[in-house]
Amino acid sequence: MSGGTARSPEAGSTFMDRLTGRVRLGGLLALAAPVLAIVFAGLITAVVLLVTGAPPVETLGVMVDYGVQPRPLTLALNLASGYYLSALAVAIGFRMNLFNIGVDGQYRLAALIAAAVGGAITLPAPLHVAAILLVAVLVGAGWASIAAVLKVRRGVSEVISTIMLNAIATALGSWLLNKDRFAVEVAGSNNIGTQPLGPSAQVPGIPLIPGTPLKVDGLIILAAVMGLLYYVVLNRTRFGFDLRATGRSEPAAVASGVNVKRMVLITMIMSGAVAGLAGMPNLLGESYSYSLNFPPGLGFTGIAIALLGRNNPVGIAFGALLWAFLDTSSNILQIHDISPEIVEIMKGAIVLSVIVAYELVHRYQIAAGQRRVSRELSGGPTVQAEGASA
Amino acid sequence: MAIRTEGAVISTSTPAVELAGITKRFPGVVANRDISLSVQQGHVHAVVGENGAGKSTLMKILYGMQRPDEGEIRVNGTSVTFKSPSDAIAVGIGMVHQHFMLADNLTVLENVILGSEPRVGGVAIDFGAARGRIKQISDSYGLGVDPDAMVEDLGVGARQRVEILKVLYRGARILILDEPTAVLVPQEVEELFENLRGLVSEGLTIIFISHKLDEVLSVADAVTVIRRGTTVAEVSPRDVTARQLAELMVGSELPSPETRESTVTDEVAFSVRDLTVRAPDGRVLVEGVGFDIHRGEVLGIAGVEGNGQAELVEAVMGMREAEGRLLLGEEDISAWPTLRRREAGIGYIPEDRHRHGLLLEAPLWENRILGHQTQKPNVKGPWIDRAGARKDTRRIVEEYDVRTPGIDVDAAALSGGNQQKLIVGREMSGEPVLLIASHPTRGVDVGAQAAIWDHLRAARAAGLAVLLISADLDELIGLSDTLKVILRGRLVADVDPAAVTPELLGSAMTGAGEAA
Repeated sequence: MSGGTARSPEAGSTFMDRLTGRVRLGGLLALAAPVLAIVFAGLITAVVLLVTGAPPVETLGVMVDYGVQPRPLTLALNLASGYYLSALAVAIGFRMNLFNIGVDGQYRLAALIAAAVGGAITLPAPLHVAAILLVAVLVGAGWASIAAVLKVRRGVSEVISTIMLNAIATALGSWLLNKDRFAVEVAGSNNIGTQPLGPSAQVPGIPLIPGTPLKVDGLIILAAVMGLLYYVVLNRTRFGFDLRATGRSEPAAVASGVNVKRMVLITMIMSGAVAGLAGMPNLLGESYSYSLNFPPGLGFTGIAIALLGRNNPVGIAFGALLWAFLDTSSNILQIHDISPEIVEIMKGAIVLSVIVAYELVHRYQIAAGQRRVSRELSGGPTVQAEGASA
Repeated sequence: MAIRTEGAVISTSTPAVELAGITKRFPGVVANRDISLSVQQGHVHAVVGENGAGKSTLMKILYGMQRPDEGEIRVNGTSVTFKSPSDAIAVGIGMVHQHFMLADNLTVLENVILGSEPRVGGVAIDFGAARGRIKQISDSYGLGVDPDAMVEDLGVGARQRVEILKVLYRGARILILDEPTAVLVPQEVEELFENLRGLVSEGLTIIFISHKLDEVLSVADAVTVIRRGTTVAEVSPRDVTARQLAELMVGSELPSPETRESTVTDEVAFSVRDLTVRAPDGRVLVEGVGFDIHRGEVLGIAGVEGNGQAELVEAVMGMREAEGRLLLGEEDISAWPTLRRREAGIGYIPEDRHRHGLLLEAPLWENRILGHQTQKPNVKGPWIDRAGARKDTRRIVEEYDVRTPGIDVDAAALSGGNQQKLIVGREMSGEPVLLIASHPTRGVDVGAQAAIWDHLRAARAAGLAVLLISADLDELIGLSDTLKVILRGRLVADVDPAAVTPELLGSAMTGAGEAA
């Protein structure tokens, strides 16, 4: 027994050594983690499906078959643009160890006020759209700045304050979305919403996917641009360096001359500004009005997707697409008498297994890095393992 | 000094600890290769080696914190496999860590029993029994520990004795002491050695890790030298000098910290006037400190750790609020933020490189930018100049002999000495006018230490003003042109580094004697 336990770590590490020797660290390993996690989450989902009496393989087959058809695919892309922007907003904070749980309140309030302002004014097309986007950015940033100021001035945890600000945003939203204030009755229903946006504020869709009259929201381009901007600002600018340095080690950042309080303030406001955009693809591309039906919960989805995508702009894109795909394809399940909530279980399982998988890969990478350095410095691996242990 | 002669011990008793062919490829910077070590019962056995030579990995293996890939551990003749430290404790091995792990706001008694409380009736803690046992252990080994004292009231030496007592309380017969003298002043070191002699005379075995060779020679019964991950020699302290031992450690000729001729100019580079630093609760940490540093001068500050040195440095760097005036050349920088002070030419080698000096999980070239993120060659306007930073990182790696396979590895992957050389190289870049060097060679090996001293000397000759804070008295005496002693936040004495000995300096640091 003791011999077996003594040898197993050795066998494990040589296997890992071989793995590191061939595979460049970072690249493939970083991909392996989410893929394994999704497979693992699939297994969990399969077990849940079996327990509830549905055939797992067929269920997934049905979802995929439906999900890749032109119409659901277009819907998924539209959902994904909002998810992507929301996740970017969360990721900006994450890179600095700031937890902006308030993206949800920020985007809803921003969308409501932007919709109200956009409905009340008329401008030439590009200006009208720009004005609405600007209002959304300002409202999102402004709402987030409350939490930022509280943190910087009073040391209030941004987690607590943003959660509370979400609740306040909900209350404030329902107060504003009232016929005495911003709301009008939506024609032919008892729904209420803001004054619909005029044609000059409607962003034309892109017929990206053939085979359906549905078009992809034009603001998907905005999402892509923001992703690129996120990458450039974080990785190529001094500001981004300061932000990442603060996230990696606050004491080191302080010693290097970073004004951490100022960074907290700016980062939180930037996160809120991007959060403000999260509702825009839907508002300017589909609904043209902020009504009671406006999609809720984007902010929380964004947290999950940012975790899934490891705060990497490409990773987040994959996460957003996966989430949107699961959401749209779950619609078919009801027809087959399977509860669509199974998708929520699947999402939860994915997030949990991804976090575990990343943590394992992360620790492994650090150890592997040290091993690699010691190996390269000592001039190649020592080949005396065989026989010595026998 | 040993009670038994070495020959007799070897022939009559089985070794307390025997390591044979220990190899560990994970995760050390220098792996252990085929290590053999035999520790006789009732000996103080010193394990010496440069930092990064593999001493700590070896001790972690012996304490069950890591498992060897190959090789055998025998304790009192029986082969053992440790899955965790609790297995090591079970066979009587205990470890006293370099950094104390005590709760300040608990008594000695509470600290000692924490985690292994004796119970009455399964629920209540039997304080009476615990107090009795602690007294008994303390008396029989002459530790002189009062079980009811609060740990926060104890000095460093007493805290260390509490750590030792903690390990003995758990039944250890073999003690591993990791760099126990690093935090002690000379007088306390002597007390510790008295205690250690007491312990071995009661039949306990001590494995003593150190790189302070004089101490090793005065206390050890046997010495094992580790170099580049493997055991290179086992010697008797009677047969070697400190110099021979050091040469075994390094495998080459040795450096000394002495600076030769003075390069002090009469141009004041930096002056501090009436600097006072308070803790948030109003306690005074640094009080009325003032000094001048000239171009080409090294001003050393000696003091037992925790007497305000760290706060003084942080105040100079603008990381901590302070009253008083700081003049860099002609300019009053008291109100400047850290970044501006750095831009004005203050380099900073922080005391704790992992906390303040590096982004451990970032590549070396990004660490080159840290602290210099507004300066060439790292940036162009608001943009990070990757090419420039990378090129300059390669220069530092080359000029400062940072041993690394490349500039894209994470800083965490380098050994302490190489991390420190990178920091020194970085802080010397851009022609600083003042360098704050806080423990610049702490925890680095002899080779890196010599290199860092050389760089400091060269920069001093070129007109750099250096504020040197160190716990290494030889380093302080050897490098400083002017030496001041700090005690409870105040500069209490000026010492002539040319005339003072480490012993004199040590007593000045504790406030015991009047210094020269």
